[in-house]
Amino acid sequence: MNTVAAYGNTPFVDEIRAYVIRPYESEMGKMNWTQIGNLEDIPRQGSRVVNTAKGEIALFRSVDDQVFALDNRCPHKGGPLSQGIVHGKRVTCPLHSWVISLESGEAVAPDVGCAHRHEVRVAHGVLFLEVKA
Amino acid sequence: MSNKKTRLVVIGNGMAGIRTIEELLKMSPDEYEITVFGAEPQPNYNRILLSPILSGEMKFQDTVLNDWSWYEENNITLHAGKTVTKIDRQRCVVETEDGVSVPYDRLLIATGSNPIMLPVPGIDLPGVLAYRSIDDVEKMLAAARDKTKPKKRAVVIGGGLLGLEAANGLSLQGMEVSVVHLCDWPMERQLDQVGGGLLKRELEKRGLKFYLSRQTEAILGDDIGGEHRITGLRFKDGEEIPADLVIMAAGIRPNIELAKSAGIHCERGIVVNDTMQTYDPKVYSVGECVQHRKQTYGLVAPLFEQAKVAANHLAEYGRMRYEGSSVSTKLKVTGIDLFSAGDFNPGPEDEELLLQDAARGVYKKLVLRDNKLRGAVMYGDTVDGPWYFQMLRDGTDITEMREHILFGQAHLGDSGRGGAASVANMPDSTEVCGCNGVCKGTIVKTILDKKLFTLEEVRAHTKASSSCGSCTGLVESILANTVGGDYSTKQSKKAMCPCTELTHEEVREAIAKQKLKSMPELMATLSWKTQDGCHSCRPALNYYLLSAWPGVYQDDNRSRFINERVHANIQKDGTYSVVPRIWGGVTSPSELRSIADIAEKYKVPTVKITGGQRIDLLGVTKEDLPGMWGDLVNAGFVSGRAYGKSLRTVKTCVGSEWCRFGTQDSTGLGIKVEKMTWGSWTPHKFKIAVSGCPRNCAEATIQDFGVGCVESGYEIHVGGNGGIKVRVTDFLCKVATEEEVLEYCGAFMQLYREEAHYLDRTAPWIERVGLAYVKQRVVEDAAGRADLYARFLESQKYSQDDPWKERAEGKDAHEYAALAEIA
Repeated sequence: MNTVAAYGNTPFVDEIRAYVIRPYESEMGKMNWTQIGNLEDIPRQGSRVVNTAKGEIALFRSVDDQVFALDNRCPHKGGPLSQGIVHGKRVTCPLHSWVISLESGEAVAPDVGCAHRHEVRVAHGVLFLEVKA
Repeated sequence: MSNKKTRLVVIGNGMAGIRTIEELLKMSPDEYEITVFGAEPQPNYNRILLSPILSGEMKFQDTVLNDWSWYEENNITLHAGKTVTKIDRQRCVVETEDGVSVPYDRLLIATGSNPIMLPVPGIDLPGVLAYRSIDDVEKMLAAARDKTKPKKRAVVIGGGLLGLEAANGLSLQGMEVSVVHLCDWPMERQLDQVGGGLLKRELEKRGLKFYLSRQTEAILGDDIGGEHRITGLRFKDGEEIPADLVIMAAGIRPNIELAKSAGIHCERGIVVNDTMQTYDPKVYSVGECVQHRKQTYGLVAPLFEQAKVAANHLAEYGRMRYEGSSVSTKLKVTGIDLFSAGDFNPGPEDEELLLQDAARGVYKKLVLRDNKLRGAVMYGDTVDGPWYFQMLRDGTDITEMREHILFGQAHLGDSGRGGAASVANMPDSTEVCGCNGVCKGTIVKTILDKKLFTLEEVRAHTKASSSCGSCTGLVESILANTVGGDYSTKQSKKAMCPCTELTHEEVREAIAKQKLKSMPELMATLSWKTQDGCHSCRPALNYYLLSAWPGVYQDDNRSRFINERVHANIQKDGTYSVVPRIWGGVTSPSELRSIADIAEKYKVPTVKITGGQRIDLLGVTKEDLPGMWGDLVNAGFVSGRAYGKSLRTVKTCVGSEWCRFGTQDSTGLGIKVEKMTWGSWTPHKFKIAVSGCPRNCAEATIQDFGVGCVESGYEIHVGGNGGIKVRVTDFLCKVATEEEVLEYCGAFMQLYREEAHYLDRTAPWIERVGLAYVKQRVVEDAAGRADLYARFLESQKYSQDDPWKERAEGKDAHEYAALAEIA
């Protein structure tokens, strides 16, 4: 099945161009990798959102250019994690300041909860996200 | 693997030594191979809670702070029940009585203190106990439960904190208890005579018997049934009283024998410098055995501060200094509320404020010098203890609240929790934190279950007082009541956040002195502990750099809270609200029409008038923001900055143009003020109002900066707050012209911008620095005022670009669009 995605690194919001992207069969087996954009599309210490049929996935880029993907929902009250401040390998939810680990998706103690994690790969500056069917 | 590690030996398995290790592991988990020696056979337990164990309210297991597995998990070798008898400083080895010897590279002595055993005849009789360890408590409990004796009488020598807690515990265990004390009233180090008298009366009601101003001459014993036992006590005046058990609670003495025998310099305690280092640079010391700047301490809060400093130096950060602690005490006897702090015996130059209500059993005394608190004694109603204590430590100028200060914080307009006079009597179901719905019972249970000591820990675990903060005092009182007096409130020197040990002031000073102009430069120069800070320090640093270097510092969008990053207010569902600026709250039909059209175009679900006289468009999706802003900009609007730590709105009433009472053109002046101040970033939000006459319809007296027009000119008010804690403004001065209003406004804002901590509103800032200081800088020093005003106008040159216009034109487009859509 072909997957259709739109991504933009263009300066104007209303000029986002759509690209047709094919699933990327990786050597890692039968994972369903989808090309979603370039590393440069996410600001350092920032985040961008990928809309999927199952909801929003937030992609984060740490200060040292590592990329992480989590459901864009804080385990506390569903706050959009993509809007939080990214520090180290953590993000702070903008609603009630829960701190979530980008590596595990788990809330930093003493808070308890977990945001679902997704696989993401960067190859030659291109981002691939594993989207489960 | 561990061969290369530095070897740290800790003598003392108590609260100070182990706390130091915990702090050290947090900072530098792999640096040391750690060995701990403890004379007691137990793991580290909370000595403060001996009293609840004695009174039967807790079990020993509940007081264990670090169980055996903790030592194992952290690869710490523990020698429990082994006493170190020798430190060989030449060979750097410690030796125990049974021949264990361990070499060290660094040594930490945390031997604590020993109870003072009075040198009287009979002191070595069986049945004479100290009150220091769990072993002592178990012996007391055994004596109390001894079924062989019908009537069990205990005598406690010493009517201080410890003695009274022991007496109360034994009395609850069914013993007949007498307290012998040298002074005229109990707890003379924590209470004045009146407070001590009230306490004595209350304890007598509970069955304790007091022998005051008495000195013990001998403990009497006899052979009874083949056993040498205590029979009684004789005072210097010859009177004898019967006793089966004698508790020595006459004080503690730093345990320095070991250090002394190793030739380490000791006076009353082991002498350390501000880094907790002894005269031997390889040897550190913390806790009750230490003498720092001529002081020794017997409470937990200072000891934890010391632990933090020692760990910092052991981890080779080399940044922190211990500068001594001021301490507060509380008696852990259930149902008795008592609090004291600082120096409460007034000297000749001190003043005293007193409140005495015999019927309610309430007594309060505050000691002042130069309008600052020096000491406090409270009995019966201690809910404001932490508040007084904080003002005492901050050196807060209390001139403005002098009339009401005795009645407590509730009377200064706290959020209506004044009824909770006594935390101890508060039912468990009482909601303490309204923001997060946390009840007293939950807080108490969490403190006990998780073994919490500090306000920060209670906040992290329960969320109580972590939102608006108005219940902070109450939560601190509950903490004090639960773990007893020696809880740690705020550190005397409060670090900005866990990423650094530096305070807000120190960071601001470094920015100016070392000319730090970017965040990576700042974090590198000041040795930030984290790679790129956290959500708490980054916005603060961004603000400090911005206010220090206007036009030079490049604003760091990634260090701003979402609202300031996308220039709109995030709502609970992730949508945003949009508030266009309406100058002075004065609008027109055509402006309103364009707002209405735009609201309809973007299907805005809710339109509301804000508290600041503006129009709020709620429920806008992020993707719609740039488009909507473009339309608003085209209609002549700029951002209302309803989202920022910045100038919010200038409220006005109609003034002399229409109002029959109006004395000046308040709307016109309000618009001028708003045109001058809009766009400025401030430590926290900043609100202004201009009222046209003393009827004050614009509510100028609860704003950060308020102008009250009168016939003869303009009255300027500062530091008001209508939010969490209502605070009426302080009157700053009166001026004659609009130009002066603008100058004073700019100068006041600039002073606040340059000196307040990030997230300090003007109200707490003024309470901290004192109105007199603000008056001196803004009113009396005319040249200084002109400079402040000029600096304000200079920084405004760089801040009055409209963020909405820029973004409608495409700036930060990535913020408002999804990266990709996947079907």
